[in-house]
Amino acid sequence: MDDLLQEFIAETRETLDALSGEIVAWEADPADRGRLDAIFRFVHTVKGSCGFLDLPRLSRLSHAAEDALAAVRDGGRVPDTALVNGVLAIVDRIGAVVEAIAAGVPLDNSDDEALIAALSQVEMPIAAPSPRRVMTAARAAPRSIRLNVDLLDRMMSGMSDMVLARNELARRLRDDVLDPRVEAALDRLSLTVADMRDTVTRTRMQKVDALFAALPRMVRDTAAELGKAVNLRIEGSDVDLDREMIEMMRDPLVHIIRNAIDHGIESPAERRRCGKPPTGQICVTARQSGNQILIEIEDDGAGIDVGRIAAKAVASDLHSAGQVAAMSAADRLNLVFAPGLSSRDTVSTLSGRGVGMDVVRANIEHVGGRIALDNRPGRGLAITIQVPLTLSIMSTIVVAVGRQRFALARQSIEEIVRVRGDQVRIDPVGPVQIATVRGRRLPMLPLGTFLRMGDDAPTTLVIVATRDGDYALGVDDVLDTEEVVVKPAAPAVMATGLYAGQTLPDSGLPMLLLDGGGLAQAAGLRFDRGADVAATAEVQRATPALLFDDLDGSRRAIPLGAIDRVEKVAPGAIHRSGGQLRLIVGETTMPLHAVSHEALASAAGDATIEVLRLTDGEAECAYAMAGAIEIIPLPADVAPADGGGAILGVTVWEGQAIEIIDPLALFMATTPAQSEGAAPLCLLDGAGAEWMDRFLRPALEAHGYRCALRLPDGEAADVRLVMDDDASTTTLVSAPVVRLRRDRDGPADPDSIYRYDRSALIAALAGHARRGGR
Amino acid sequence: MPLFLIARIAGQGVVFDADQVDAVVDIGEVVDVPRVDLSIRGLAALRSRVVTVVDTRLALGLEPVADHVRRAVITRQDGHYYAMLVDELDDIETFETSPMPHTPPAHGRWGRAADGIVVRDGEPLLILNLARLVPQGSALVC
Repeated sequence: MDDLLQEFIAETRETLDALSGEIVAWEADPADRGRLDAIFRFVHTVKGSCGFLDLPRLSRLSHAAEDALAAVRDGGRVPDTALVNGVLAIVDRIGAVVEAIAAGVPLDNSDDEALIAALSQVEMPIAAPSPRRVMTAARAAPRSIRLNVDLLDRMMSGMSDMVLARNELARRLRDDVLDPRVEAALDRLSLTVADMRDTVTRTRMQKVDALFAALPRMVRDTAAELGKAVNLRIEGSDVDLDREMIEMMRDPLVHIIRNAIDHGIESPAERRRCGKPPTGQICVTARQSGNQILIEIEDDGAGIDVGRIAAKAVASDLHSAGQVAAMSAADRLNLVFAPGLSSRDTVSTLSGRGVGMDVVRANIEHVGGRIALDNRPGRGLAITIQVPLTLSIMSTIVVAVGRQRFALARQSIEEIVRVRGDQVRIDPVGPVQIATVRGRRLPMLPLGTFLRMGDDAPTTLVIVATRDGDYALGVDDVLDTEEVVVKPAAPAVMATGLYAGQTLPDSGLPMLLLDGGGLAQAAGLRFDRGADVAATAEVQRATPALLFDDLDGSRRAIPLGAIDRVEKVAPGAIHRSGGQLRLIVGETTMPLHAVSHEALASAAGDATIEVLRLTDGEAECAYAMAGAIEIIPLPADVAPADGGGAILGVTVWEGQAIEIIDPLALFMATTPAQSEGAAPLCLLDGAGAEWMDRFLRPALEAHGYRCALRLPDGEAADVRLVMDDDASTTTLVSAPVVRLRRDRDGPADPDSIYRYDRSALIAALAGHARRGGR
Repeated sequence: MPLFLIARIAGQGVVFDADQVDAVVDIGEVVDVPRVDLSIRGLAALRSRVVTVVDTRLALGLEPVADHVRRAVITRQDGHYYAMLVDELDDIETFETSPMPHTPPAHGRWGRAADGIVVRDGEPLLILNLARLVPQGSALVC
């Protein structure tokens, strides 16, 4: 708020200085309309700012002057001497009050009312004409200067020219053999230029607080007017943002917050009925993410009634009922951005001012930003606005298509993959192409073909994130990353909707900046957010499955949903006990399945083998395989397997029969249906045996061990458990010993295990049992 | 008397108001702008500035300017710089202007871009308004 006040003072001083000439001229010729208008504008501006800054005294003064001048403008009053004097007295008083505020000293206000009263008198000399320019205190030295934004712009563009000139100089110099002294000077120049560019960029930056400072008051007033209780929370006020961007964001932000109070937050009574606290919450957060600023406005109101919006769209002939019915949920929600739609049936005094969400979105997109909605009906709405940090310098990657280069904003790029090997597939699906990148299906846009620059198959995919979803942009090559100074291109170029601007990079050849979202829109790509699947019903319905090479050389598939992860394990981690395979993972073990023990044994001879870790949310097991191939949509027709077991059935994929593994069968086999004789025997020995029997047995049995307090006749223990401090143990048993200790950090035998550390115990048992089993 | 730059486009003598002309240059390499209005040849660098190169003949609804033509008139419209390709540039002179006589509908585009005529050595020259030759930002149907 302090910044705003300083700005107001500086602005008023400046206008007053400029106005002094007008005032004198008006005094001489009160009928001069131009002068009248200038003075009117001044008091009007002061009035506006005062309401905003909560300066009631100035507000009263300026209001009175404005009323009187408005009457003159309407022809209701003649600008007689009394009126002119009255207005001038008020203008002077405004100046005096402003100076008093600047200096932080009080100013007597006893005769304000007299000044105001004087205005309403007609043809009556003012009793005490105020002396011009009442100076109450020495003018405080300004802490800042005001600069014209044009000047800053010129500085910025001069800066960019300087960068380009330096680049050209460097290019020219490198053509010849460079004198080290010249090179050193050039490097120093480069450093200075870079430093300077940062500084100049910063002159355009302002704390986002400048944008947020006016919000608390606005929220309070708006809420009061609507009879609602709203609490505003602001976070991240110290984030820096381009001045111009702040100006561009002002109206959209105010509009969104008014909407939130008017349409979103319910009345206290309604909120109580819904079980919410009577005071609504609005949270405005700003944060920086790379070279983007994210501003989030979140309320806990009713959210957007999508059905109502859709009905309105139909009622106002924007879309037919059929069109609306065919829309995805996201598209329907986005109808709020359609021109002329409001979820309110009655236009309220606040929000119904002809500024709709369409204008908000247009404003934000104009500065290269994005707006996204997260609607939670009944629970609130979160609106995220994403804008670039600055309008002028952008971090880009340069892509090549044919002979031409284009830039793409770096923050819109998710990843870059080469079309090569098994990781990436491109399939035509009807009229569109679908790229499958590590199992993720994305609509693909071959840039060369789309821009009519050639039909070469793209060799590189750039995954571009847009507001609606991600897609793969096919290009010939990704060349470089470059920081560029982006300027708007000519209107006819911008009108294609494909470009976000133009730039002159170091190469000296102009380069266009592609608009990722615009390209997708122009190409008619369709997204199904979250699913990342193109709009083909067949693809959408299929269950994804992982196709892999099994240990016996055949290809099998397993539903993707069952897979937790794929990992490589050392052969030593595989432990065989009583016909069951177990995989040691960290401190625990899990059942391991394989197509056959022989195949696993021969595969495990190699350095490492790959396993699929499967989970049903509770239990875990693993499946050994030779290697993952790719993710495929599981065809709908599966011939049931006759053998049963772990094979669900057989289907055909690309002309090859593949068996589908039934994860359920694997999990069923996982639950210990162990044959008694085969499970390793764990002898609970010594004085602590009773305790172990009670506490450890369930866990041990769950992990596939049998427990005994005494050895059954004719059987040998695979492992023996004793307490660390126990002397009375059965020394005759030769099985390996695992010692347990009572204290967590006891100084006892370092090989012993704290008795409640289950995972360490299981791992130790598994290790011993494996060694013992050999 | 206003000052005019004399040029030749597709055999027709034309003049440009010198106030509209920033510079006269030979442009360098032109970079394509895919899917844009046909009359935009592309982008070129002029010192440290990017200029939009306009094929003046196409803007007038004629055959395109030959590829090797590099001579251009630089004009600034709405804050953007355009290089308007011309076949030939002549002199700068002052002329008395006179209104367009009569435009037959067939000469539609010439007529729309012309502000009147001047007469030089008995030859009538069209006054072309560069602002009207610059393609506008109306959305294209791609």
